[in-house]
Amino acid sequence: MGILEVKNVGKRFGGLQALGDVNLSVKENTVHAIIGPNGAGKSTLLNCLVGKLIPDTGSVMFDGQSVLGRAPYEINQMGISRVFQTPEIFGDLTVLENMLIPCFAKRDGAFELNVLPSVLGQKDVLEKAEHMLEEMNMADKRHMHAAAMSRGDKRRLEIGMCLSQEPRLLLLDEPTAGMARADTNNTIDLLKQISDERDITIAIIEHDMHVVFSLADRITVLAQGTPLVEDDPQNIRGNPKVREAYLGESA
Amino acid sequence: MFGLEKRDTSMLIIVAVLTMFAPFILNPFPAGSALAQFNAGYPDLMQRFVIFGIFAIGFNILFGLTGYLSFGHAAFLGVGSYSAVWMFKLLSMNVIPAIILSVIVAGLFSLLIGFVSLRRSGIYFSILTLAFAQMSFNLAYSVLTPITNGETGLQLTLNDPRVLGVSATADGSIPVTNLFGMEMRSTFELAVGPWAFQFNAGYYLCAVILLLAFYLSIRIFRSPFGMMLRAVKSNQQRMNYTGLNTRPYTLAAFVISGMYAGLAGGLMASMDPLAGAERMQWTASGEVVLMTILGGAGTLIGPVLGAGFIKYFENIFSKINDGVLHSWFSFMPDGLENAMVTLIHPFVGKGWHLTLGILFMLVVIFLPGGLVEGGQRIRKWAKNKRSGGETPTGKTEPAE
Repeated sequence: MGILEVKNVGKRFGGLQALGDVNLSVKENTVHAIIGPNGAGKSTLLNCLVGKLIPDTGSVMFDGQSVLGRAPYEINQMGISRVFQTPEIFGDLTVLENMLIPCFAKRDGAFELNVLPSVLGQKDVLEKAEHMLEEMNMADKRHMHAAAMSRGDKRRLEIGMCLSQEPRLLLLDEPTAGMARADTNNTIDLLKQISDERDITIAIIEHDMHVVFSLADRITVLAQGTPLVEDDPQNIRGNPKVREAYLGESA
Repeated sequence: MFGLEKRDTSMLIIVAVLTMFAPFILNPFPAGSALAQFNAGYPDLMQRFVIFGIFAIGFNILFGLTGYLSFGHAAFLGVGSYSAVWMFKLLSMNVIPAIILSVIVAGLFSLLIGFVSLRRSGIYFSILTLAFAQMSFNLAYSVLTPITNGETGLQLTLNDPRVLGVSATADGSIPVTNLFGMEMRSTFELAVGPWAFQFNAGYYLCAVILLLAFYLSIRIFRSPFGMMLRAVKSNQQRMNYTGLNTRPYTLAAFVISGMYAGLAGGLMASMDPLAGAERMQWTASGEVVLMTILGGAGTLIGPVLGAGFIKYFENIFSKINDGVLHSWFSFMPDGLENAMVTLIHPFVGKGWHLTLGILFMLVVIFLPGGLVEGGQRIRKWAKNKRSGGETPTGKTEPAE
């Protein structure tokens, strides 16, 4: 049993069968990549995992519990954190505040009427956030407005925010999309470090083969809404079916 | 001090000094002088300054922090006023139970309206709150006449039961509102030379409550809850995917600001025990939006400044009529005097809205952070000048 079990998931948008019959099992403490050409249904699948979409058929189990029908915040509280394609951070808040919010969410849950105490009085949360900033190498930026940072820094911050919640499963949606080579390599190193040092499972959707082959322990290739192959990276590289899906039949 | 940071403590002290010495500060011109026109230090107006200050402080907790623009907050103010007057009619003329009831009723009412309206955000939320407020206004005017006394407004009568008080005083008049015997209307006048400073019991009660309300709002701004509200304004998507449920946060902010509005309404009725439906009209809701934006939405002191600013204009500029203008320019030759009066006439008296509108436009265009941003710019400019044109430190004030 993997930590994430997707069984027979299907999703239709009007006349388009976005997901056919997806089965997927993500083993604990691995990096699992989901690749596939444009329109293969990668993002639809991801949205079904985090509660943004509800699949028409099938089941999604996380750690033995169904995630279907739960709101995104409930699924997050179960231990799934998501990193978006374009970094979603609190642009109007400072970097430190950005880091504090997930720490409060971890400590206090989905809602807490914490009206009277000062943020600065919450030493445990402050310490944790500061520590996380240091780990992400952004301690010197703590009083900066998050919106003023570079794309690469925003991505780092977002990953740090997700990690501060101590999730068991980290979902990444094309984390290096639109990044320069140097930033991409930095992100790869960061993710490698995270998966080596932490007790965490990573599921990553990615276009960039360089990223996929540097990180993944296991790869699922998705094409036209159904999984084509699931295998180890070295076998995926030479698989003729994968080549066909990516490059078209003439290749 | 009081669990606040140094900067916040000094702000609280400034507001405390300003409110406590308001009878002096607002009365700078000797009575009888030409400029006495601009004195605002009389009880009625000072009470309005602080009551609307409380209203705006509460509105700012919702609008300034979460960015949800309610166009119906006057409904809560009106509900608070009605509750307070009913308390005067049924229980006693002491203001404390009246104020407590108005806060509770406004809180319940805002829970109901907020629960429905907060299903939508942005312009749809604004429209929903506006619709609810107009509905309340029209109901108060017509169907709910037994409770609200319709067009006439709810007033005290000699037949009210007043269980813990008297229906009528010994001389057969309606009793007045009081705080454990201290009459709200009682005013002590201090005459210093040509100046007459008025110290009104009602004003000081309102001022003390304003300070408490302001202190509470500082605590809310600096709390984890306040930070969450700012996060709602910044990125709801990220909040949802960070395991936070935004709905109860926005609803709590809505109810808190509704209770502030109810408190303001209750105080209004405590100063002058009557309540009319027009307090709930959309223009009244719009006024508090203007106050908050003019002063600086999302800043602590902005709403108080905005409220004072607008109320000052409403009461002082509207009183300058042609007669006053002629007396000001009487030193000029006749033709020039008339020309000046004609020129200024549209901006004062009944035209005070024009001046206010122009000022509002100027502030929104050139100082999007409101009067507070204006103050910050002046301070920065002064600091620059003192330090010989050196660039200021990179630390920016969080205006929003």
